[in-house]
Amino acid sequence: MPINKIVAGFDEAVADIPDGATIMIGGFGTVASTPTCLLEALARKGVKNITTVSNTTGFGSDVWRLLGYKFSEDMDVLVRNGLVKKAIVAAPVSTVYQNNFEKLLRAGKVEAEMVPQGTLAERIRAAKAGLGGVYVPTGVGTIVEKGKEKKVINGKTYLLELPITADFALIKAHKGDRWGNLVYRRTSRTFNATMAGAAKVTIAEVDEIVELGQLDPETVVTPGIYVDRVIARPKDVKVDDRPISQEALDSQAKTKARGSA
Amino acid sequence: MSDKFKDKFRLDRQTMALRVAKEFQDGDYVNLGIGIPVLASNYVPAGREVVFHSENGVLGFGQVHTAGEGDPDFVNAGGQAVTIIPGTCFFDHHESFSIVRGRHLDISVMGGLQVSEKGDLANWLVPERQIGTIGGAMDLAVGARKLIIAMNHVTKDNQPRIVKKCSYELTAVECVKLVVTDIAVIEVTKKGMVLKEIAPTWTLEEVQELTEPKLIVAPDCKEIEL
Repeated sequence: MPINKIVAGFDEAVADIPDGATIMIGGFGTVASTPTCLLEALARKGVKNITTVSNTTGFGSDVWRLLGYKFSEDMDVLVRNGLVKKAIVAAPVSTVYQNNFEKLLRAGKVEAEMVPQGTLAERIRAAKAGLGGVYVPTGVGTIVEKGKEKKVINGKTYLLELPITADFALIKAHKGDRWGNLVYRRTSRTFNATMAGAAKVTIAEVDEIVELGQLDPETVVTPGIYVDRVIARPKDVKVDDRPISQEALDSQAKTKARGSA
Repeated sequence: MSDKFKDKFRLDRQTMALRVAKEFQDGDYVNLGIGIPVLASNYVPAGREVVFHSENGVLGFGQVHTAGEGDPDFVNAGGQAVTIIPGTCFFDHHESFSIVRGRHLDISVMGGLQVSEKGDLANWLVPERQIGTIGGAMDLAVGARKLIIAMNHVTKDNQPRIVKKCSYELTAVECVKLVVTDIAVIEVTKKGMVLKEIAPTWTLEEVQELTEPKLIVAPDCKEIEL
């Protein structure tokens, strides 16, 4: 039978994600690099006590709608609907915006394990590559080294960092085919390509599904073997016209002043 | 500490960025952090070709787009839309931090909260906030061949940011090579901190008064050159 990893609906794509699952969420933190529709479907399903693995904890759709995005949900949709128990994350909070995750963290309602960004990428890759861990120089002499094995290799001190695996990885790519081969667009590759294959099940949300053979074999970024399900975003989406919060408006002014967007 | 210097001249953010950019040599690969560092991309000295790296997976990009323009799939680490240029290349996060951690970058420029005499850096946690974000700072601090910190010389309460020993949570130990502040340029050396340049109207004694460790005045110490 021909291999067909294409799934028709987002609810179907996340139907087997159970309570207590560990879930990688691709992207850098920008909504363009986020598997928005998969996160919305997971929030609709409403699983409990999940552990997430991601670069940030989400800014919320208001921040993105303000910037004109139609696909505007990020990890915040899981946080504000109470799905998240713990986040393994490089950037849990922002200096310009108090997101819902920070509010819950300060209230003791969620946990965070902070991991330096490069170490996070390397620990995810270690899981994907079947390694038992990696020695990294990052974090030596800081709060990060607490409880970790230290080793001097060629005169330099390293920390042993263990692999991070997950039950599911939800990622965003640009194009995919029925074998699961993926290409990305520009800086939206980021953690998406890193996480593909690091979880037991990898689900890719793509802008477009193409016929097998249409992706140039020289430029495929993620080999289909790492990918279990591929699902296309709808061509258009109903515009969310709820009013935008004052907090989001304030944060936009602040980020502009600081030199980021 | 007194605020008797509060009315004195200080370099503004753009001028600090201009001074930082003077460090970029022809052919350098450079990562710029959010804030003052990223402004330095506008001031690469004429005749030098510099390639910028961003943690989210790109080497070689151009100017920041004005608001509302640009491609949402092409941003720098601060989330600003930037322009594609001939030579741009993209890669995933794991590759991006292989570049960072593997000592392939010539220069990393970041903001700072405290820098110690030995070049220890604290820049991710303001103690009053209790929760901070490490992000990519620890990797960049241990990975770059030359780490430059751009920060104000003192805190809002006039406490020195250049200290004997950092009291804030560390980002990395013995990593800073150069500090560019709003009143001075200081090099971290094995012998100690060397005062290389001072802002117009400031005296050596005044800069020392706002700096905790004893500064070694460079024989050729001069007014900050832009």
